[in-house]
Amino acid sequence: MASVQYQDATRLYPGTTKPAVNKLELSIDDGELLVLVGPSGSGKSTALRMLAGLEPLDDGRILIGGKDVSQVAPRARDIAMVFQNYALYPNLDVAQNMGFALKQQGVPKDERARRVKEVAQLLDLEPYLDRKPRNLSGGQRQRVAMGRAIVRHPQVYLMDEPLSNLDAKLRVQTRAELVELQMRLAVTTVYVTHDQVEAMTMGHRVAVLRDGDLQQVDPPSKLYHEPANVFVAGFIGSPAMNMLSVSVDHAVEIAGTQIRIGGLDGGGRGTLGFRPETVVIGAEGPIPARIRLVEDLGSEVFVHLVVDHEGEEHRIVAKVEPPFGGKVDENVRLTLRGTVHLFDAAEARRATVTL
Amino acid sequence: MKRGTRLGVGERRSAALGIGILAWLVALIWIFPVAWTLLTSFKTEQDAAAQTLHQGLSLGRYSDIGHSTPGTLSLQTAFTNSLVVVLVSTLIVLLLALPAAYALAIRPVHKWRDVLFFFISTKFLPVVASIFPIYVYAEKWNLIGTRTILIILYIAINLPLAVWMTRSFFMEVPRELIEAAEIDGTSILNQLRSVILPIAAPGIAATALLCVIFAWNEYFYALQLNFASGSTMPQWVISNVSTRGNFLAKLSAASIVACLPVVLAGWAAQKRMIRGLSMGALK
Repeated sequence: MASVQYQDATRLYPGTTKPAVNKLELSIDDGELLVLVGPSGSGKSTALRMLAGLEPLDDGRILIGGKDVSQVAPRARDIAMVFQNYALYPNLDVAQNMGFALKQQGVPKDERARRVKEVAQLLDLEPYLDRKPRNLSGGQRQRVAMGRAIVRHPQVYLMDEPLSNLDAKLRVQTRAELVELQMRLAVTTVYVTHDQVEAMTMGHRVAVLRDGDLQQVDPPSKLYHEPANVFVAGFIGSPAMNMLSVSVDHAVEIAGTQIRIGGLDGGGRGTLGFRPETVVIGAEGPIPARIRLVEDLGSEVFVHLVVDHEGEEHRIVAKVEPPFGGKVDENVRLTLRGTVHLFDAAEARRATVTL
Repeated sequence: MKRGTRLGVGERRSAALGIGILAWLVALIWIFPVAWTLLTSFKTEQDAAAQTLHQGLSLGRYSDIGHSTPGTLSLQTAFTNSLVVVLVSTLIVLLLALPAAYALAIRPVHKWRDVLFFFISTKFLPVVASIFPIYVYAEKWNLIGTRTILIILYIAINLPLAVWMTRSFFMEVPRELIEAAEIDGTSILNQLRSVILPIAAPGIAATALLCVIFAWNEYFYALQLNFASGSTMPQWVISNVSTRGNFLAKLSAASIVACLPVVLAGWAAQKRMIRGLSMGALK
């Protein structure tokens, strides 16, 4: 077990001008589960592959357990990786797949068998030890891939979207199992996903990447409540945060309604962001709106609305408790109650107020 | 019970039938020379020469080709020579092609496209154009009439094809599997042995088969460089051409015997080759 540090780590793919990962500064504690999240092309997988040693560094360095591994081959880094497609050896059975790395390390046969059996028990894979990967279901293959990593007792687990090939129900179940397992094993884990729900539910901390640049690293709740910029605010949370472009002058005006925000200097344009749960729909309220669509999920209702803001129609979403009686095309009044964020012209968060 | 249709959606029965007939026709045209040779090999020489079938079929010609006149090339010698030349050259070709394919497919060397082109460019040269320098050097090194010269030449001729083929089969090995093996701590040799080769095995079998077929059937170099003790099967087949009397049936029998080993090898390899390439490796 070990901590991991990215120091100024940069990867520029040959033939490109913009780094896939740009001067990444990130410190991961021993035993921590850190999630790297971002849209495709954000550099999250590249960052993971750099840690694995599958991708060379063009600048900066990476430390595992305080030791600079930038020039160390993957096999000597003492890490285990779970791939999106599992990458099980098709010609080997489950036991051989799980014991493969141990065999390469020269671990004696008896001990290998013992350790494989132990992990197989942990993952309910015992009945399948002599099966080939092609005779396993997707969920079983995923567990074998996990098992192959666990058997090794490595310093760090690297996981590259390991749940994305499972169907929705199994994914949610496996997600919880994985979190419990990581807690039990307490091995430092770097987990890559494009799914912000996975990031929020699994990560001790979540690192949000965009176009190779780190946007914010924080625990999930802080990421949600205090997003560093417009990108993080929009990426984390579903439905996404509502954003309106506003003029800032000690107060902002939404759809013709003034909202006073303390501590604001005047001047310039900015973006006002508020989450769907802050929008209260009723017969009274300062902001006029029209209902476009109602999505009733049973436990909550998402109401898509149109407001007239600065002479243009803008779409916003409200999250309300059921039952919701409003109909499509009905005119309603909105009140903002809760936290709103104000971002400056450079999209960084400047103020957060509770209304 | 109703039988399931074999027709695709929107496919007409007549069109399907037409394509079926065409496929069979082409196949029959292709097999005809072989079938004709096979039939002739069972005839008497008189029947064979006259293209008739009055005296019935027998295995007589096959026993004829077994005993050769002393001093000429015997079936045993030619067969042994061919076997040694084919197996040794194919084995060495594979031993050289596998690491080359690894260097071109898994970890492409600098300018790998050029390397690949250099390999195949040797195929552009007409065989006849190469025989003179080869002959001169073979004579200088006392290799005329030996199996060694044929082994060397067949390696040289088969290697480009083998590199190209194994490279394309190595490309099929999922990238993630090789990366997983790297992280699992394999050396390059172990990666090749335990991960890449098992997956590429059917392709390598196909490559080996093609090398075997070519080396077994090669006639030109064998004739030019090896008229004596090192002669191979194609020359033995031709040695059954006689200047006295009819020889068509005997020649047919010799041809059939000469191609049997390759047919058997192909039939055996086919089962291995058809097996799925990397089933279960990925999702």
